[in-house]
Amino acid sequence: MTAIKPKHQRLVLMVVALAALIGAGLLAAWALRSQASFFYVPGDMAASPPAVGRAVRLGGMVEAGSLKTGPDGVTLTFVVGDGKARIPVRFKGIAPDLFQERSGVVAEGRLGPDGTFVADNLLAKHDENYVPREMKDMTADQAKQTVAGTR
Amino acid sequence: MIAEFGLAALWLAAALAALQLVAGALALTGTGAALAALVRPVAAVQGVLGLIAFAALIYLFSVTDLSVKLVAANSHSAKPMLYKLAGTWGNHEGSMLLWVTVMGLAGAVVALVERRLPERTMIATLAGQAWVSLGFYAFLLLASNPFERLASPAAEGSGLNPLLQDPGLAFHPPTLYLGYVGLSVAFSFAIGALITREVGPAFARAMRPWVLGAWIFLTLGITAGSYWAYYELGWGGWWFWDPVENASLMPWLAATALLHSVSVLASRNALRAWTVMLGVVAFSMSMVGTFLVRSGILTSVHAFAVDPERGSFILGLLSLYIGGALALFAVRAATVSEGERFAPVSREAALVVNNVLLSATLGIVLIGTLYPLVAETFGAKVSVGPPYFNPMSAIFILPMLVVMAVGPLLRWRRDQVARVRSGLIVPAMAALAMLIWALTEAGASLLAALGLALGLALALASLLPLRGRNLRRTPLSVWGMVVAHFGIAVALLGAASDAAFTQEKLVAMRPGDQIALGPWSIALKRIMPVAGPNWTALEADMFASYQGGEPTEIRPQARSFWAPPQQTSESALVTRWNGQLYAVLGAEAEGAGPAAATRWQVRLWWKPFVPLIWYGGVLVALGGVLALIGRVAADLRRIIARGMIAYRRERMGR
Repeated sequence: MTAIKPKHQRLVLMVVALAALIGAGLLAAWALRSQASFFYVPGDMAASPPAVGRAVRLGGMVEAGSLKTGPDGVTLTFVVGDGKARIPVRFKGIAPDLFQERSGVVAEGRLGPDGTFVADNLLAKHDENYVPREMKDMTADQAKQTVAGTR
Repeated sequence: MIAEFGLAALWLAAALAALQLVAGALALTGTGAALAALVRPVAAVQGVLGLIAFAALIYLFSVTDLSVKLVAANSHSAKPMLYKLAGTWGNHEGSMLLWVTVMGLAGAVVALVERRLPERTMIATLAGQAWVSLGFYAFLLLASNPFERLASPAAEGSGLNPLLQDPGLAFHPPTLYLGYVGLSVAFSFAIGALITREVGPAFARAMRPWVLGAWIFLTLGITAGSYWAYYELGWGGWWFWDPVENASLMPWLAATALLHSVSVLASRNALRAWTVMLGVVAFSMSMVGTFLVRSGILTSVHAFAVDPERGSFILGLLSLYIGGALALFAVRAATVSEGERFAPVSREAALVVNNVLLSATLGIVLIGTLYPLVAETFGAKVSVGPPYFNPMSAIFILPMLVVMAVGPLLRWRRDQVARVRSGLIVPAMAALAMLIWALTEAGASLLAALGLALGLALALASLLPLRGRNLRRTPLSVWGMVVAHFGIAVALLGAASDAAFTQEKLVAMRPGDQIALGPWSIALKRIMPVAGPNWTALEADMFASYQGGEPTEIRPQARSFWAPPQQTSESALVTRWNGQLYAVLGAEAEGAGPAAATRWQVRLWWKPFVPLIWYGGVLVALGGVLALIGRVAADLRRIIARGMIAYRRERMGR
């Protein structure tokens, strides 16, 4: 193999590197199509629901009077709405401290077969400086409600 | 007064950086050869001025001078002194000042110490360093002045984000910045060598300690950041693929690749263009990281600046430097000859494979991190998480681990697989046994089982380069490699064990209740309020006993800070040799149940061998330190020997 000329060696190296990087890029593009988790507001989710079991995020307001704790003390159920639709959510875990009714929330999880959104994680507003990005992007009206709710 | 003094020092430093760039450029073109002698002293003074400005800001924070806008916005007179000091860099402006200070100091050290390269290359390198710092000075002075005064002093500061009020914060950002900025020196060396066409072993030897140093700090910074996220955020995870974490992982991946290729260039004079390219990529990743973290396009505890102007400024700098460096590379790459040849089975080839796989992993992480930002400009809101990152990066990391086990055993230039095969039988058999056990008996997932198997094999194989050597006379750099590779194996075993064997329980407990979790039995005694210097908390008093042994008291807290108002959970950990118990106190559980005794949400994890992740990270950094000491000591010996020879010659001549 010592017969490789320097020029050829450089060519081989370049081809190997390019092939690996392009391979990685294509792989990434393919995986992102199936694995990226999309953001829904309740209206969108009701109109065109994501596939059952696919990881997505749901953002909206926790409806007044809908937040209930199950008998085990750690399962929360509540309804997230945006004025157009209402989506029931189930969450098992320790909720963030500023998570409460009439305030904004982003739930990470998946839609169950029964139409309930099963959340693995809840993001609520922490303080003035730390607002989940999705909340910032809500419509002006929603944002106003959210801010009013978390004050 | 001090604030104006600091600002003046900063302006002077920026002016000197401009002088350094202009003098260097004129000296190189030949019109101003006399200016060449200016470059090194100017670089040194610039470093000192940066340090003075930073010291002024530290002083302002230590006395809580509320007439300074930055102090009023980020500090509070009631904060403990450690956090007042740490608050200096716990905000956007202060952290950028830290960045330019470290950069100036690094340039000063290069200017004063490095004498091995041709003077022209050194001048080009220092001019390159000045070119990069100048952009950051402009950013500081024009868009984020840390010394800005308030029209009237604030009555009280608004405090520091409680999540950041942790001893780890005092060290995490400076550590990462030392890493980021160390890569800027490697970048400047690459530019200097490209401009003067001096890409060779001498260039690689000059660059290597900086790459190694930067890499050590990045390793420590990532390890510390991961542990901070683990115990402070209270989610029981240690890596979230958060864009901010990726921002530190990407420069690390590039630096790791650069570290290996720079070694090939230094000792074998091969992979020249490759090394220069990685030098450019590594610092580009540092800047991408800074851009992601500091521009406010991400939301996290790190995103201080939610100011679009700043974001565009950093983006402008980013495209200027990366674009400029790539253009230079495109123009000059053809003049860099490729150097020594090597066979497909050789140490060099193994390192090339390692480089390619690291770069591919970097590509996966980079695409996954940037995709949500790109998608958002097209109106789609997406996030990318573990379901993408874990399998996609594993595709490249798993084969890399195999190469890591085999590569160090191969000889330079040319080798046969048959020669090293016998040594690898034991690790391979161990890996197979572990894989079968993990998949059948332990019921681990495929990825976790592969991690366990490869971790074990790598732990054994990483020690093989020491076989048959006299351990006392083995060079420190070989020890460094062995320790670092062993550290990767240890961290991998910890991560895989965490993924495979973690047990979790989420319950609502009354005081007096007892629950079992794996080998543990945990009792909640009571809940009581406690107070700290700037917070109050509810504290759970719990007793955890391992397999019926002596119970250990643990006290997880749910803390409420009042400046600024925010809640955090302080997890409680019990560390044993074989794992960690992790407890988090949640809220009062409402709902059904007798009103007599309130139930409290408690979340518990038993994580076998999870501390190995961070021990492994520390070992990797330790390996880097050993290699650095070995290299620097060898350089020093050479410098001293040269001095002796010169001295003797002089005496003989007399």
